[in-house]
Amino acid sequence: MKTVEFSLAGETLTALGSGALWWGAHNLLCVSDLHLGKSERILRKGGGHLPPYDVQDTLIRLENDLRQTGAENVVCLGDSFDDLAAADALPEQATDWILRLQAGRRWVWIEGNHDPGPLDLPGSHLAELLTPPLTFRHIAQPGQSGEISGHYHPKISVQTRLRRISRPAFLFDSDRVILPAYGTYTGGLRSSDPALAGLMRRTAYAITTGQTPRMISLSQTAT
Amino acid sequence: MTQLPAAFDAWFHDKGWQIHPHQSALLARSAAPATLLIAPTGGGKTLAGFLPTLIALADGTHQGMHTLYVSPLKALAADIKRNLSTPIAEMQLPIRVEDRTGDTANSVKKRQRADPPHILLTTPESLALMTSYEDAARTFAGLKRIVVDEIHALAESKRGDQLMLALARLQTICPGLKRVGLSATVDRPEDIAQFLAGAAPCEVIDADPGPAPDIAMLRTETPPPWSGGGAAYAIPAVLEEIRKHKTTLIFHNTRAQAEIFFHNLWLANDDSLPIGIHHGSLDHAQRLKVEAAMVAGELRAVVCTGSLDLGIDWGDVDLVIQIGAPKNVKRLVQRIGRANHRYNAPSKALLVPANRFEVIECVAALQAVLAGKLDGSPRADGPKDVLCQHILLRAAAGPFDADALFDEMRSAGPYLGLSRADFDACLEFCATGGYALRAYDQWQRIRQGADGLWHLRDPRSAARIRMNAGTIQDSDLLKVRLGRGRGGRPLGEIEESFAASLTPGDTFLMGGQIVRYEGLRELTVEVSRAAAKKPKVATFMGTKFATSTQLSARILALLNGGDLTALPPHTRDWVALQQEVSCLPQAGRLLIESFPHEGRAHLCVYGFAGRNAQQTLGLLLTKRMEDLGLAPMGFVATDYATLIWGLDAITDPVPLFDMALLRAGLDGWLAENALMKRSFRGVATIAGLLERRTAAQKKTGRQATFSSDILYDTLLRYDPDHLLMQITREEAMRGLVDFSRIEEMMQRAGGNIDHHPLERVSPFAAPLFLEVGKVQVNGSADERLLAEEEAALLTAAGISE
Repeated sequence: MKTVEFSLAGETLTALGSGALWWGAHNLLCVSDLHLGKSERILRKGGGHLPPYDVQDTLIRLENDLRQTGAENVVCLGDSFDDLAAADALPEQATDWILRLQAGRRWVWIEGNHDPGPLDLPGSHLAELLTPPLTFRHIAQPGQSGEISGHYHPKISVQTRLRRISRPAFLFDSDRVILPAYGTYTGGLRSSDPALAGLMRRTAYAITTGQTPRMISLSQTAT
Repeated sequence: MTQLPAAFDAWFHDKGWQIHPHQSALLARSAAPATLLIAPTGGGKTLAGFLPTLIALADGTHQGMHTLYVSPLKALAADIKRNLSTPIAEMQLPIRVEDRTGDTANSVKKRQRADPPHILLTTPESLALMTSYEDAARTFAGLKRIVVDEIHALAESKRGDQLMLALARLQTICPGLKRVGLSATVDRPEDIAQFLAGAAPCEVIDADPGPAPDIAMLRTETPPPWSGGGAAYAIPAVLEEIRKHKTTLIFHNTRAQAEIFFHNLWLANDDSLPIGIHHGSLDHAQRLKVEAAMVAGELRAVVCTGSLDLGIDWGDVDLVIQIGAPKNVKRLVQRIGRANHRYNAPSKALLVPANRFEVIECVAALQAVLAGKLDGSPRADGPKDVLCQHILLRAAAGPFDADALFDEMRSAGPYLGLSRADFDACLEFCATGGYALRAYDQWQRIRQGADGLWHLRDPRSAARIRMNAGTIQDSDLLKVRLGRGRGGRPLGEIEESFAASLTPGDTFLMGGQIVRYEGLRELTVEVSRAAAKKPKVATFMGTKFATSTQLSARILALLNGGDLTALPPHTRDWVALQQEVSCLPQAGRLLIESFPHEGRAHLCVYGFAGRNAQQTLGLLLTKRMEDLGLAPMGFVATDYATLIWGLDAITDPVPLFDMALLRAGLDGWLAENALMKRSFRGVATIAGLLERRTAAQKKTGRQATFSSDILYDTLLRYDPDHLLMQITREEAMRGLVDFSRIEEMMQRAGGNIDHHPLERVSPFAAPLFLEVGKVQVNGSADERLLAEEEAALLTAAGISE
């Protein structure tokens, strides 16, 4: 598995091509914005019958990352479910699958804006998790440091020699890292959007997701 | 001969007109269930269609709607309304005529449903919507006739399939309904007749086609270039023709070509002749201005694309110029029909080949026109995504019985062969999504009630279904405005993907002027005027047409034993040189040349299968070469050949052409192909899986949405046989990929593959080097390009050794 390492608050972190973040020193895998149950929620809200395979696809990738890293600690960084009703409506097969993944692991569900409240699943349910020197929370807070968050679904657009390539990406600078969305049915917000650009220092970097993650200077990205 | 009522007879007499034979023929058949009239433009076609209606309504006794007129263009509906007002006013007929299109005010639309006019002029989309309301039966009560105008154009797209389903619906509501189709000259009138009438009989009436067109190739002093499509060499000669005629229409095959040509024309237009441009991407107001100037006779020429192909009356056009080879003889003949609306004068047209090979194509097309041979392929069965949409629209109108709906659909021409299994699959898709994983039984969109009828589960979803009605695919377009903010003057629209490729300061052509990209604000592209030498060219949606099978066959025949003296000397010399150094392509064989050039090995395959098929062939052959370790690097395709380059010379190309292996490659390649994803998006939108984004939703575009590509990838992985995947594959095989023409090509060659190893580039292969649209073969291109960017970062940071 090809990965890219970087450091935050003196800790070495590893970005995986899948969009997961690995903290080797703590044997901890962090994923953000799984949005499980999205297809069900869209339908419930009067939308179309999207292919109901998003839960399956997301869990297959998560299972794969857990196996490859051998993680003993897992942090889901919020918006793990598309809403609380979607968490309740998850088919039994899917909840069994999640329970299987949780077995033998310390598991933390951070609350997100889509799933603000306790879930009917084992694990700790927290607003944020402090593991010095790092803090895990759903939405980045300006002025904080050593912060790991998600929420924005960042993506970047790189103008290469031959074509422009757009990918979901990690954004990081000396204070924080913002994770890309891990869920299958998730779109992205461009790194140049004021909401994101305002959070990051001018010297920030991006790490693309995909087969081989690549580190790119955020100033190299196209708007 | 049917007798005209006295009032009509007098009116014709006052006008000094004679009723045309085809007009009285339609009148005599006004009781027939369906009739198709094939008539040239300007032959009183519309009056022929409406005469029975006007006569039936003359006594003022009919209550409610009598005749529904459907045309592919909103503008056409408005035009017809104007034209009908003359006889109605002059004969003082008690007839109310109204149009109804996307532009009609909502209050008017509502009133029209409750109190319909005698004659309603509309489009297929508006009609589909009208039939989706609960009160459809009341709105259409009393309807006697339907007139479908420009039916040949509607038959070429899903809009026609949708229209015929709507007609089937109306036929159930009004069993005695009579149908009339009005068509330009077509190759297979019986196909159009069946399209219109379904299983019902439909007589085809051919109007006098008028005198043979006066059509020739434009001779220029400068010979056309080896390659390219701009035809800039012909600008002086074209200007000369504009000067010699009253009004000239200059047709192009693509909007981009029209923009470039218009730009070049103005640079050379020393006399400042009034010349306009008209194509589908220009702002509506700007198009209306050009149309009005044209009708008023203020313009000497209009540079245009297919947007002017349909029968709007443009007044005194006396010359049509076609830039670039026509690709398709039928379309050429229909375009020529645009010239000279006076019925008895010959239409005058000039063909301007853009390059040397197109000279041959133009000559072949001219021979086909003179021989009266049109090309075309049989109409495929109606697609199932349209069927899904119709089921949903039907559900919006009220509960329905599945058996009755199935029978009704099978009465529509495009769906005569619909199987119950296919219908049930579509019904299941509409109900539950039709997935192998039964996830949505709780959330059916439509469900069968205790009464056995199918109902909407949630009646409120009807509004949503109506909002997504229609089969026209507009890709994501952005408005272009001159100046800042909403107050800027609208110029037109460009594709979002093209806008994304621009950086501030870039210049491009829009509506004939060069503009500078300033930035994107609230989904509007802001531009300023600029004076750049080499502007970029905006990409507009619309596929490039491939040369038809019949025209390709004519080209091969011309090259082999045809009359080469029909070609101008420069092109004749070129053909002779090819024969001398290599060989001319022949119909019964497949010519392949190989030669080294600039350090790479090249292979040129003269398949004459049309651009789409040659492109597919390039993808499949390079995949085969990759498998065989032959290190292909790229290819380019034209309508007649594919040129492939790579590291290793091919000594024996024959094994590459194993049909079974090519087909196997197709399955794998096809699934991953970007074209497939594009088709899927259209299919999923029409079938109702994806919703069209409304203007209001686009504004809040910050809300992260995911692309339809993700849905495609997910289905491919977990449910590859899903209905929408099947429809997507069928569509791609037929249109974009055109694999059938590769099979046709191989059959034609019948194993006679001639490989000519040469020492240098052959005359026929040379133009391919100048073609645009080269495809790089490089599965890991994106990864490598990103790696380069990363390396640049590391170097800049001084990290690399």
